Amino acid sequence: MNAPALRAAEPAPLPPPAKQPAGSRSSWGFLIDIVVFLFVFAAIFGLYAIGRAWLAPARPEAQISQDPRDLPLYAFYSLVRMAVAYALSLVLAVAYGYIAASSRRAEMILIPLLDILQSIPILSFLPAIMLAMVALFPHSQFGIELGSILLIFTGQTWNIAFSFYSSLKNVPRDLREAAIIYRFSRWQRFAELDLPFSTIGLVWNSMVSVAGGWFSLMACEMFVLGNRDFRLPGLGSFLQTAASNGNTRAILWGVGAMIALIVLLDQLIWRPVIVWADKFKFEQVKSSAAAHSTLFHVLGRASVVHRLYQRLIRPFFNWLTITLTQRAFRAAETFGARKPGRARTWIGFLLVAAILVGLGFAVFHAARELSDLHREDYIELLRSAALTFLRVNSALLLGALWTVPAGVAIGFHPRLAPFAQSVVQTAASVPATALFPILLLFLLRLRGGLEIAAMLLMLLGTQWYILFNVIAGATAIPTDLKEAAQVFRFGSWDRWRYLILPGIFPYLVTGMVTASGGAWNASIFAEYFHFQGRIVSTAGLGSTISGASDTGRFDQLLAATLIMATIVVLINRFLWRRLYRLASSRFKLEA
Amino acid sequence: MSTANTNTALDATPEPIIEARQLEKHYPQADGSRIQVIAPINLAIYPGQIIALLGASGCGKSTLMRMLTGLSPATGGSVYWHGQPVNGKFPNVSIVFQSFALFPWLTVIENVEAPLEARGIPPIERHKRALRILDAVGLDGFESAYPKELSGGMKQRVGVARALVVEPEVLFMDEPFSALDVLTAETLRGELLELWLDHKIPTRAMFIVTHNIEEAVVLADRIIVLGRNPAHIHADFTVSIPHPRDRKSAECIELVDSIYRVLTHPAHKDETVPPRTYGPGAPPKSKVVMLPHTRPGGLAGLLEILVDRGGRVDLHRLSEELSLDLESLLPTIDTAVLLRFLRTEEGDAIITPDGYAFAQADIQTRKAIFRKAALANVPLLRQMEQALRAKSNRTLSEEFFRDLLDEHFSAEESRRQLDTAIQWGRYAEIFDYDSQSGKLTLTEA
Repeated sequence: MNAPALRAAEPAPLPPPAKQPAGSRSSWGFLIDIVVFLFVFAAIFGLYAIGRAWLAPARPEAQISQDPRDLPLYAFYSLVRMAVAYALSLVLAVAYGYIAASSRRAEMILIPLLDILQSIPILSFLPAIMLAMVALFPHSQFGIELGSILLIFTGQTWNIAFSFYSSLKNVPRDLREAAIIYRFSRWQRFAELDLPFSTIGLVWNSMVSVAGGWFSLMACEMFVLGNRDFRLPGLGSFLQTAASNGNTRAILWGVGAMIALIVLLDQLIWRPVIVWADKFKFEQVKSSAAAHSTLFHVLGRASVVHRLYQRLIRPFFNWLTITLTQRAFRAAETFGARKPGRARTWIGFLLVAAILVGLGFAVFHAARELSDLHREDYIELLRSAALTFLRVNSALLLGALWTVPAGVAIGFHPRLAPFAQSVVQTAASVPATALFPILLLFLLRLRGGLEIAAMLLMLLGTQWYILFNVIAGATAIPTDLKEAAQVFRFGSWDRWRYLILPGIFPYLVTGMVTASGGAWNASIFAEYFHFQGRIVSTAGLGSTISGASDTGRFDQLLAATLIMATIVVLINRFLWRRLYRLASSRFKLEA
Repeated sequence: MSTANTNTALDATPEPIIEARQLEKHYPQADGSRIQVIAPINLAIYPGQIIALLGASGCGKSTLMRMLTGLSPATGGSVYWHGQPVNGKFPNVSIVFQSFALFPWLTVIENVEAPLEARGIPPIERHKRALRILDAVGLDGFESAYPKELSGGMKQRVGVARALVVEPEVLFMDEPFSALDVLTAETLRGELLELWLDHKIPTRAMFIVTHNIEEAVVLADRIIVLGRNPAHIHADFTVSIPHPRDRKSAECIELVDSIYRVLTHPAHKDETVPPRTYGPGAPPKSKVVMLPHTRPGGLAGLLEILVDRGGRVDLHRLSEELSLDLESLLPTIDTAVLLRFLRTEEGDAIITPDGYAFAQADIQTRKAIFRKAALANVPLLRQMEQALRAKSNRTLSEEFFRDLLDEHFSAEESRRQLDTAIQWGRYAEIFDYDSQSGKLTLTEA
């Protein structure tokens, strides 16, 4: 039996993708090139505007305009803040995840720490960050801007870090071994294996993070710290000021501008990015349903973009890879298992020592702050913790009550799904905090209106996580199981009990975990609000934190933060993690 | 352990490229003892040879290969590369992976260029070299395709091209064709052999890990059969049948048969591990028999076929007829042998009276026969039954048994052993098992 005779048996592979005909590129491309150039000009102008604003003398209490005509500029300021904060989050998250995944000792500390950091509401970071930044740059607006950016950053980076870490942990063993046996340098392993493998997780978590950033924008652009008032011109402060003044027209303008901005970003940034990320899907066979973005294809055709990539970006990365790998290769050639040099051990030792000293110092001061509080204060704190606990969980329950049937209905009707999904996605992208003032306008007239409003805000902020996951879960229930339920004439209760609830359970748990964390964080906005020239607040841990930050009661802030972080971490450990395990062992639908 | 190294045939060849001396692997245990995964092995790879490493799944052949390439550190002995010890440095070898291990986000040519990039070769040069090797393996015109656009056979061609582009002295292949369908695998095997025989590739030796006896016979100049628990060299065949080999030729069939004989009729009782003393109150000393990882379901099918064939059948022919490879057939055979439903002789399987009864019985009687055979011949199940009976509530947690097994096997293997034992015990209605609580309860008759 000779081989050549069998050669024809191999199934013919798909032909390589057809190239765009040259004609269509040049006729279309010219127009697109012009648009791209216009964008470059706009970007340069924007840079100039930002530079002028940031390098100006410090002006903590900017007069926030209520004129809709200022909205474009304000939106631009907010956008830049968000962009810088996000870039910072991404870089730090990747570094954090990389370190945690590559050193077992670091992992032991960094991963539990991540859990805790994730559970701390951003307002708890506020005093420390703001005071530090203002002290660093006392005379420049830059310090205040940086403070606001860092504040946004603290709400964004942790889940990205966790996603990157868990991606790194899940890189298939074969690929790792291939990288080792082909002597990939550290940089090459990072750029050609780790980063691509994590891209999809990074993209989705970035979207969640940025949405979180919009959610907390109002708090990050305008706040009181003891006797100091900080106001930064931006969309968030515009809305906050409008709410404080009870200016309904301005509120509506602000909300409109924010929604417009978010929808625009979704179309111009996230859709194309998702399409681009499709290439990093770890699959052996091409899936049929690929995401689509017009902009992505149009940009792909623009010759400016193409040339920029060919002439600038690619050569740069080539150069980087070659230099880094040549160095690594020479190091490997010079042989012997690399032992960490003595200097490196010392640096590591000093670093650990410095961290320990810093930690000791912090604990000492924290303990002193905490000792200022009396027993009654603690009882009061625990009482508010209980109230917030009730509020958060009622919001979750309410959310689950409507999203589960709705999600299942959408998931079970494939024709309804695409339409419903796009409606839901748009609704979910509107930050609930922006709608909050509008809600308050109506609800404050009622008795217990703030109570309802607080729950509504938590609900608005978190129900989407549950809904998305339930839809995904309902779609994933195999058709043959549905048919089996039909054949055996399950009544609707049995259908829910044996088919739907077990089927969506893992997804429901995933959604609830995210929602729970989100609701706790939302409590600081929901329970305490500057509205129509006064403070409306209801008792709870969130309002304690907001109030303490407002009035500069650091002892209270610290204690409340500690309590909240403890509660969230404990709930994660003892409730969600267990349900998660149950979901992945018993309720996993395996083929 | 039998280390039947073929020093005789290799007097002419001067210097091995890679040589393993007393290479072994063991895992330390909490109590200070250790579990031997790979017994000390001496093995040399000489230029001009294709070596096939043959063995059943889980016998440690992949681990041995990874130790030879430097991917996995050895716990004893060392690997020499042209007479120099290899310590943490990677010799110039490549691996072709069973799963291809291509980077899905890189195009075909980028995948092939990546190892060159790692060696610091500038873009133009590496592009040229990658194109040359892609051409050699028949991937012309697919440079800019992504791996997911390719069929399995094409993907493995990329894997081979990537391995060859660095001009390795030894090309290691870890079950390179077992993820492909039969015809595609045959094609690739033929092409690879063609490249090798025509000296179109600079590789000086090939080392193929496989569980496919025919593949080994068609390709290799030397076949090393690995025995189990711990892994050791069980037999070492030198093959001098000229290429191209016809697998239907008498020589090939004879070789396949003798390999089957070796595999099904171990010269020593390899399956036993020296017994240990247990603490007071623990079950009495007994030999630990390693369970083959099968479910009882396939057993009846195999025995029924044997009954149909008059009670005796040639294993090689059987595997061909059922188009099952060694990997899937051997564990079932081992199970039948262990339960004394079957014995093997000269590469043939012969049914026993118990086996005959089992094959002919109805479902309930089968279970009864299985139960009797299992309790009589499988010490682990007997031990489990006794331990459960000794408890007043007839219940024990699986951890108890896993701790017992942990003394003899690595953590992963003891989990697999227990899983198999639970499968068998449930089928035999010796005990019930609740996967939620992990509790085993004796089934009262």
